[in-house]
Amino acid sequence: MIRIEARPQPSAVMAYATPVLAVVLTMIFGGVLFAALGKDPLQAIATIFWEPLFGEFAFFYRPQLLIKGAPLVLIAIGLALGFRAGIWNIGAEGQYIVGAICGAGAGLAFYPTESVLIFPLMVLAGALGGWAWAMIPAVLKVKFGTNEILVSLMLVYVAEQLLASMSLGLLKNPEGFGFPGSRNLQQYPSAHNAEIISGTGMHWGVVAALIAVIFAYVLLTRHRLGFAIRVTGEAPRAAKFGGVNPGRLVLFCLGMSGLLAGLAGMFEVAGPAGQISIDFNVGYGFTAIIVAFLGRLNPLGIVAAGLLMALTYIGGDIAQSQLGLPAAAIQVFQGMLLFFLLALDVMTNYRVRFGRVEVA
Amino acid sequence: MDLSSINPILLIAAMIAAATPILLAAIGELVVERAGVLNLGVEGMMITGAVCGFIIAVNTGSPTVGFIAAAIGGAVLSLLFAFLTQVALANQVASGLALTLFGLGLSSLMGQSYVGIKPPRAEATPLGPLADIPVIGPIVFGHDLMVYLGLGIVAGTWAVLKFTRMGLVLRAVGENHDAAHALGYKVKRIRTLAILFGGACAGLGGAYISLIRVPQWTEGMTAGVGWIALALVVFASWKPWRVLLGAYLFGGITQLQLNLQGAGVAIPVEYLAMSPYIVTIIVLVILSADKSRAPGSLGRTFHASG
Repeated sequence: MIRIEARPQPSAVMAYATPVLAVVLTMIFGGVLFAALGKDPLQAIATIFWEPLFGEFAFFYRPQLLIKGAPLVLIAIGLALGFRAGIWNIGAEGQYIVGAICGAGAGLAFYPTESVLIFPLMVLAGALGGWAWAMIPAVLKVKFGTNEILVSLMLVYVAEQLLASMSLGLLKNPEGFGFPGSRNLQQYPSAHNAEIISGTGMHWGVVAALIAVIFAYVLLTRHRLGFAIRVTGEAPRAAKFGGVNPGRLVLFCLGMSGLLAGLAGMFEVAGPAGQISIDFNVGYGFTAIIVAFLGRLNPLGIVAAGLLMALTYIGGDIAQSQLGLPAAAIQVFQGMLLFFLLALDVMTNYRVRFGRVEVA
Repeated sequence: MDLSSINPILLIAAMIAAATPILLAAIGELVVERAGVLNLGVEGMMITGAVCGFIIAVNTGSPTVGFIAAAIGGAVLSLLFAFLTQVALANQVASGLALTLFGLGLSSLMGQSYVGIKPPRAEATPLGPLADIPVIGPIVFGHDLMVYLGLGIVAGTWAVLKFTRMGLVLRAVGENHDAAHALGYKVKRIRTLAILFGGACAGLGGAYISLIRVPQWTEGMTAGVGWIALALVVFASWKPWRVLLGAYLFGGITQLQLNLQGAGVAIPVEYLAMSPYIVTIIVLVILSADKSRAPGSLGRTFHASG
């Protein structure tokens, strides 16, 4: 008889092995999926994982890795802080949108004035926008005990409508011949989040992501607040006895993840995306949830996971144009990854035992 | 603005139809949560049901077969969740989210070649002369079969939970899984069955959107209805009849804002479209004060040690 038994201590080996195993399994089952869609599975997998890094046009795709990875890492770092403490911010997508709207709005308010102060102001506005949007579920949870999962998620739909309203109304380009969408910030030098080193994909969002990673790492390993976050997640009662204020922790975790998501949105709208438009958001806020789990809620792991996920986005685009692989197939692929990860996690905390159950 | 263009009788009839998908998904989730499992994958199961139902209905020409396929599709997807949470003992919140992300991707993959097709029409239930009664006729008797099936499921769930041994065991598992296990009940089996039921109901709800409400297939067409259904279970304090009340309330708001959009009210369309979500938040705030009704073991992983 096969049964599973709780390990006295989570296995450290397994904690590192499961993400790798999950990726391998996803590649295998993803290959099966691609084969079912009538594509050559090996070629599809190679196109997704090999082509962007070492293919003929890698010089073009490699910078994309940073451009797509930065928002994912930035958002996932914030989410991981909350997830560690058992605070579930599912609405990062909404905070990302509101951060972008606020950031772009702050910049466009000064159009066409040129000043070095405009970009920092936009960063501040984006961060505040995301923070404020995340504060809604945070304050409601602390004050009324409302479920933060549902409230933060509902606010994603509200933010999407707000985005539509902004790109059709308040922020619409007055010289845009009636088309929806704001002015293009790439053509407004003071507000443009340009590449710091040309051709590398390195923009201010990447810098912010790196700072966030270091900040989160120090916070979780060296700071009292990080300790409070970890204890609350692992043993809420012990945390209470230890004097952790759960309300303040909710405000901090949700606020921080909203702030980072807002920043991600702001850097995206001022740089790679360029403008506020109805379809500005592409689901980074949701993919970041996968990134956070794949990275084991660990800042360094999240960097690796974020880059891997960025790779699947870029590789997915290539596979779409070269092999005609549907865009949704990549979404399924990413979802599969999270499934395998969660399923394999059992091996970290439990072990499989063969043989008869002994009667005590 | 021309409010007189809104016909109150048709509006109420439409509100009932608008409430049906939320009702179906919420009653399924209610059973799951009463068994002590929090499945956040409702949205994913709904959209999968929507696409399965649509594909089968288009290919067979029968909406009924479509609905059956939708229930099966939703249940099959929920089986993944059951495996993750009951066998692999994964975190329920994360697994539910995974189910939603996966379901959204899978459905758009499956539905690609079905965009822009019209599904076969579902006929109104032949209730004969009843439907011709003025006012009450169109409101109460003029609906398709699924509306009545939804009401039937609510009544059935209520009766089973309240009066039968099966319902008692299910509630026991949800309130205290360790005690239920000690009494010899198969906690995991019961929970898996509850999850399957929830998946089937969510699938039906999704198919109602793609086959009757809209009726066509577009990516992500459930647009948060699954999440509203989750909120509704909290709103209903885990009681079946209150789910009905809540579903009509939310369905009513959804339909009303659509009609107001149509009537050209001076409020921008986007702000009207926000209203169901904002109302959900407000309702959650008002009702969150009382958490005492939540099943005791809700969201906790069960593992029989030793």
